[in-house]
Amino acid sequence: MIFKKIILVVLIHTFLVSVAFSCIFPVLWMLSSSFKENSEFISDFGLKFPKRLDFKNFLFAWREGTLGRYFLNSIFYTFVGVIGVIVVTSWAGYAFSRLEFFGKNLFFFLFLAAMMIPVPAGFVPLYIILTRMFKIGLLTPRLGYLLAMINVNLSLSIYLYKTFFDKLPTDLEDQARIDGCTKLGIWWHVALPLARPATGVVSITSALWIWNEFVLASLILPPKALPLQAGLMRFQGEYIGNFTTIMAGLSIAFLPIVIIYLFFQRHIIKGLTAGAVVG
Amino acid sequence: MNYSIREKVSNFNFVLPALFVFSFFYIIPFIFTFWAAFHSGDFISESKWIAFRNFSEVFLYDKQWWRSLLNAGYITLWALILQNLLAFSLALGVDKSIRLQKVYRTVFFLLPVLSEIIFGSFGKLLFSSTPGVLNNLLKSLGLGGLTREWLSSPHLSLNACAFLHCWKGFGWAFIILLAGLQTIPEELYEAARVDGANSFQILFKVTLPLMIPVIILVVILTILGSMQGFALIWAFTGGGPAGATEVPVMRVYTQLTDAHRGGYACALGIVLGIILVIFSFTFLKISKKLKKV
Repeated sequence: MIFKKIILVVLIHTFLVSVAFSCIFPVLWMLSSSFKENSEFISDFGLKFPKRLDFKNFLFAWREGTLGRYFLNSIFYTFVGVIGVIVVTSWAGYAFSRLEFFGKNLFFFLFLAAMMIPVPAGFVPLYIILTRMFKIGLLTPRLGYLLAMINVNLSLSIYLYKTFFDKLPTDLEDQARIDGCTKLGIWWHVALPLARPATGVVSITSALWIWNEFVLASLILPPKALPLQAGLMRFQGEYIGNFTTIMAGLSIAFLPIVIIYLFFQRHIIKGLTAGAVVG
Repeated sequence: MNYSIREKVSNFNFVLPALFVFSFFYIIPFIFTFWAAFHSGDFISESKWIAFRNFSEVFLYDKQWWRSLLNAGYITLWALILQNLLAFSLALGVDKSIRLQKVYRTVFFLLPVLSEIIFGSFGKLLFSSTPGVLNNLLKSLGLGGLTREWLSSPHLSLNACAFLHCWKGFGWAFIILLAGLQTIPEELYEAARVDGANSFQILFKVTLPLMIPVIILVVILTILGSMQGFALIWAFTGGGPAGATEVPVMRVYTQLTDAHRGGYACALGIVLGIILVIFSFTFLKISKKLKKV
C-alpha cells in the first residue's frame, strides 16, 4: 500500500516536473542562445550552454536594431499609462463606492457591460477615428495611444477599486472630513494610500497589458514611436537569418517582464483571476 | 447622509475622466463600427454608402473568411481538449502538495505572461526548417522518421499553430482551475474517504460536480480567447502558407492595412462578434440546463 503510494507520488511529480521544464525551456533557450555566434547556434541548435558570455548580440540589437529606442518607448507608455490608469480608475472607483451622483448605477452598469461583451477587432474603428484626428491635429499619435491604453483595463480596474473601497471602513475618511479635508484631499491623503493592495493589482495587470500590446501600436504609431512588441516585428524582418541577434532582441523584450513577474506574481495572479471571475 | 443637488453634480467630476476615456475609446468606436460597416473604402481618403453589400460579400463570396473561422475553430477545439485537460490534470496534481504548490504555480504561469509576439517568434525559430531546430532534436532522440517541413504544409502548420497556442495557454487555465479546486473544503474529501470512496469515485462524485461552474467559465473564456487570437500566429506563421493558418482577426487586420478596406473590416468584426455572443450565450443556456438535471 505504501509502496503503491510512493510510485504514485513519483509519477505525479515526474509529470509535473516535465511540464514545468516545457515552460522554462523557451525562456532559457532564447536567453542562452543570445550569447552565441550565429554559427555556434546553427551547429548546436541552442541546446548547449554558451561557451562564454558575449553581449555582442545584445549591443547590436539595442543600437543597430534600434531596440533601445523601442525599449524606451515601451517604458514610457507603460509608466505613464499605468499612472493614468491609477488616477482615472481610483477616482471613479472611489466615487462609485462612496459618493452620490446622477446616473451612478447606470454608469456602473455600463462599465460592467463593456467587460462582458466581446469586441473582436475593436482596433478597426479606433484606428480609423484616431488617424482622422491625427490628420486634423486634434491628437498626437503618442497621446492617442496612451489614452487608448488607459481604456483597455478601465472597467476591471474601476471594479477592483470599487469593491475594495466597499469593504473598507469609513472611519478614517469621516475623521478627515471633520477635520475639514476636501473630497479630493480625502482621496489623495486617505483613500488612495489605504487602497495600496488594489493599486498593486491594478498597476501590475495594466503594466503587463500595455507592455505586451501589439495590434494598435503597429497600426497608429509612426516607426519612431513604436513600442517593443511592434518594433520586434520590424526588427525580425530586417535581420532574417541572424538567429542569435533575433534572440537577443526577444530577450531584451521578455527579461523585464520575467523579472517583474517573479517579484509581483501574487498581484498578477490575483488580477487575472479577478478579471476572469468578473467576466 | 443626504446630498444636495449641487453636491451630486460636483461629485460627478470624479467619474468624468473615466467616462471621457470610456466614451471616446469604447462607446464611440463601438457605434462607429455599425455605421462604417455599411460603407466602402478606407475612411481616411474616401468612403461611400453601399448599404448591405459588405455583408453580402462576407456571406456569399469571402471564402477565405470562412476558412479563417474554421482554422480558429480547429485551434479552439485543440485548446478546449488538449490545453484544458492538461491544465486540469496539473491542477489536480498540484492541489494537494502544499509545499511545492507555489513553485509549480510560478513556473506554469510563466508562458501566459510573455507576449504573444515573443512566443510566436520563439515558435518560428523552433519550427522553421532553417536552422531546423525541431527536426534536429527529433533526429537526436532517434525519431528521425518524424521530421517534417512543419511550416510549409498547410495541414501541419495549422496543427503547429494549435500546439503553440495550447503550450502558451495551459498555464492560464491551470491557475483558474487550481483556484477553483482550492475552494472545495477538505472535509468533503474526508467524508467521502470515511464512506469508503476510492480516488476515482472522489474525482467523479465530489470534485467534478463541484467544479462545474469553474469549468464552464474556463470553457467560455477559452472559446472567446482562442477565436480572437491573432498576434501569436501573426508572429509565428504570418497566416501562411497561402492563408492556411489565417485566423479571423488576422483577416480583419490585413483587410484594414493591406487592402485599405476599413468598412469591410468593420463588417467582418461585427460578424465575428455576433457569432461569439451567440456561441457563448447558447453555451451558458445549455450548461444551466445541465446543472438542473
